[in-house]
Amino acid sequence: MVKYFIIRLLNNNLLITIILGLTVSNLPSIVYAADGKLISTTGVIQVEGTGGSGIVPWATLSGYDSREQISATAFLTRATVTDYELDIVGVSASFYDRVEVSFAQQKFNIDATNDEIKQDIIGIKARLYGDVVYSTWPQVSAGIQHKILKDSAIADALGANDSDNGTDFYLSLTKVHLGAVFGFNALWNTTFRYTNANQLGLLGFGGSDDDREIVLEASAAILVNRYLAFGIDYREKPNNLDTTEDDWKNLFVSYSPNKFVSLTAAWLRLGTIAGVDNQNGFYISLTGHF
Amino acid sequence: MLMFGCASQPSNLYNSIGGKQTVEKIADHFVDEIGNDKIIITYFAKSNVDRFHQSFITHLCSIIDGPCKYEGDNLREVHRGMNITEGDFNRIVDLLINAMRAAGLTHRERNRVLARVAPFRKEIIYH
Ligand code: HEM
Repeated sequence: MVKYFIIRLLNNNLLITIILGLTVSNLPSIVYAADGKLISTTGVIQVEGTGGSGIVPWATLSGYDSREQISATAFLTRATVTDYELDIVGVSASFYDRVEVSFAQQKFNIDATNDEIKQDIIGIKARLYGDVVYSTWPQVSAGIQHKILKDSAIADALGANDSDNGTDFYLSLTKVHLGAVFGFNALWNTTFRYTNANQLGLLGFGGSDDDREIVLEASAAILVNRYLAFGIDYREKPNNLDTTEDDWKNLFVSYSPNKFVSLTAAWLRLGTIAGVDNQNGFYISLTGHF
Repeated sequence: MLMFGCASQPSNLYNSIGGKQTVEKIADHFVDEIGNDKIIITYFAKSNVDRFHQSFITHLCSIIDGPCKYEGDNLREVHRGMNITEGDFNRIVDLLINAMRAAGLTHRERNRVLARVAPFRKEIIYH
């Protein structure tokens, strides 16, 4: 399988694309997971390891499985902003286009002090209704992300209510409209998340008390052809700590030359993180489907 | 967004892709694609290809604003008992995309046609 995968990579000149993509990384070329077929609307893997766009979970599951199939996905992501880096690796499996389970490891690095914060995220998501392309109403999924913070010192120092673990619950609605915008396919997603995670959980959970609330996240994308999608994400953040937490925004490009790989790049505007403002930067992510 | 989309496009999809000639070309290529697909061909083992070809032309023409009236059985009846899976439906849509490309439709024209075909899925799969 791995050999086949590599051959596919070579056949599709993807390696060249990646190399070009990385060296000319101001012109990010991200993926929209799929060989671009009509059904190729699985999206990519977002920062917490579940199917979605860069920072927002979608109602789509991570694989290309239909109701008769099982699929597995692995991803690698690096986000670099002015004063921090976040590296993420993860795997997920989806079953019969019904349930997705995922595991992701985040490693957050603070340039100034060389401190590292690690967090593991276990996720499960179930499709409740619909098909992102074919049903009249949007596809709807519900999910849980259980976050285990491995390094608690900074969360404690900033006054987080809980610095060990936390759980987010979310409901996502996603729809593709075929040929809707000048003949191009368009996608939108809305996610409601019940959470108290500070900066994804890397800075703990809750402020002076538990502080759970519902936040809104959204994405919109245009598929310019079978392989390339452009989009935007918006993610409202809880802002529970004394140090400000701003809403996150990004612009992304996703390139999926085939059903096996996709490459996503994004330009991030993350606002203030742990007391340092203007955290802008880039995000690059590689997803492989098996 | 939708309004802008409509304002700049010819109101009749059938005419805008080239009318009768193009629809026939799509059907020709589609039949070829089906004939060359190991999985999909099995569904057609006992079918009359000429009849399918003709009905498909009339049906496609009718759903993209063409001057045709499809008078065959509705698609739920036609596909009843075939137990078509979601995966095989996706597969035939890929064949249709190939056929449209071979017939010269642009990416945007293909999307517009697919938007008319997509609502039939629920009449075709799993029964
Ligand atoms: C893209 C959606 C589809 C459309 C628009 C469509 C349309 C049609 C039409 C118009 C006919 C002709 C009916 C007649 O003979 O009067 C037909 C027949 C047929 N379709 Fe489909 N179809 C679709 C999907 C499928 C799929 C997914 C399969 C199987 C994988 C399939 C298998 C067949 C077969 C075997 C026949 C011939 C039935 C016979 O011999 O009478 N179709 N279809």
